[in-house]
Amino acid sequence: MTGTQLQRYSLAVLSHLALVAVWHFFVVYGNVPKFVMPSPYATLHALLVPNYRWLENIYVTSIEIFGGYILAVVVGIGVALLFSWFRWLELIVMPLLVSLNMIPKVALGPLIIVWFKYGIGPNIMMAFAICFFPIVLTTARGLREVEPDLLDLVRTLKGSRWQVFTKIQLPGALPYIFSGMKVAAILAVAGAIVGEFLGSDRGLGYLMLQVQVTLDTAAMFMAVILITLIGGILYLMVLGLERLLVVSDARLS
Amino acid sequence: MGEPFIHLAGVTKVYRSRGAEFLAISEASFDVEPGELVSLVGPSGCGKTTLLKILAGLHSHESGEVRIGSPSQPFDPSRDIGMVFQQPLLLKWRRIIDNVLLPAEILGLPMDASRSRARDLLALVGLAGHEEKYPYELSGGMQQRASIARALIHDPKLILMDEPFGALDALTREKMNLELLRIWQEAQKTIVFVTHGITEAVFLGTRVIVFTAGPARMADNFKVELPHPRTLDMKTHEKFGDYTRRIYKLLGME
Repeated sequence: MTGTQLQRYSLAVLSHLALVAVWHFFVVYGNVPKFVMPSPYATLHALLVPNYRWLENIYVTSIEIFGGYILAVVVGIGVALLFSWFRWLELIVMPLLVSLNMIPKVALGPLIIVWFKYGIGPNIMMAFAICFFPIVLTTARGLREVEPDLLDLVRTLKGSRWQVFTKIQLPGALPYIFSGMKVAAILAVAGAIVGEFLGSDRGLGYLMLQVQVTLDTAAMFMAVILITLIGGILYLMVLGLERLLVVSDARLS
Repeated sequence: MGEPFIHLAGVTKVYRSRGAEFLAISEASFDVEPGELVSLVGPSGCGKTTLLKILAGLHSHESGEVRIGSPSQPFDPSRDIGMVFQQPLLLKWRRIIDNVLLPAEILGLPMDASRSRARDLLALVGLAGHEEKYPYELSGGMQQRASIARALIHDPKLILMDEPFGALDALTREKMNLELLRIWQEAQKTIVFVTHGITEAVFLGTRVIVFTAGPARMADNFKVELPHPRTLDMKTHEKFGDYTRRIYKLLGME
């Protein structure tokens, strides 16, 4: 790690700590009622309430987020590959996907509950529905971006379509795939939580609705922080995978 | 001299778009001897790039004869063409040596032998020590050198170059001209070099073929009687001036 990098990271950590400090002093010296905004300490303290079954709820919400996300990545990249192999399929299905994407996925929530009841499965579907499209779109775009001269080069060598795909098209599309996956990582969290709000009996989103009744704002704060952390971990994992697979110059920021 | 390596007779190419016909090449005829470096020079739209693509087997042509290879130099279109474009077109995610190896991979050549050949070629183009770098770590001129090494990896008999130094700055371009002449003499290849640079065409070519646009046609074909190895001060020779003047005149610029 170089000096400037170290400086950047420490500044980032400091600004986060500063935010917590501002929060603390605002609540303590502003005499803000606990049910409006709890202090950082009170928020941490909420973790000690055994009734809230934090671990189980974290587990459920994580399963929903990661499940929906991984499903969207696999299906999304798969569909985009089919589009690039069968041009006619893209011409038929892509406009359909664009129209379907216009539907606010949140509005489908009540329908999903009618069709599939409530629980982890439907919430995975919600997360999937909301982050599937950006992945298809960016992957399809990336697979299209091939220099025509490069194709000529392969063609003079009588290279096969499969060689073009594995040696040029797919590695060239990786930066695009990852830019879609990064957008989708954030959307997946929103999808899973909306699913829990609409209908569920477990998970951090469900817990938030429960404690809202008793005005335990500290627990709500804790739930939001935990949801954010799960999303952050997912995002970092995607970022790490990108570092591993994509040469720094080719990454799309 | 024996049979020509490339023989073109009356080659004509017509593009059709929206019902209109557009003559890209008309009646191009010339021969290229093995080991020659032939410059195709002319303005944009004169058909020189189209002709190069016909030689590469990427375009068809309407009429005329195109023959590459001779009994003494048999030609396999899938293994005997190396291409260099205006852009280096290196794959960003591959190290320089792996970029050079791309044609060898596609042709399924033995990789161990190809890898050591790639190292030799990178040394030949002046990139020794840069094998493990990524393209973005190299300047434009160095990237183009790497793409020349890539064109040579499968030991093709014919190298087709489409304005390979057109995107480089003037000084780098002069330097690359000298480098290309050196590489050509060491590698002993037949090179067809497309350019719109008139001095570049004369300086590099053992022969210059001039094309004019609107209508596209082949206007001249002459041997450049300057000794090898060429040096930059030859550009000030009277003979050099005669050649460039001859081309300027054909292109209607004098």
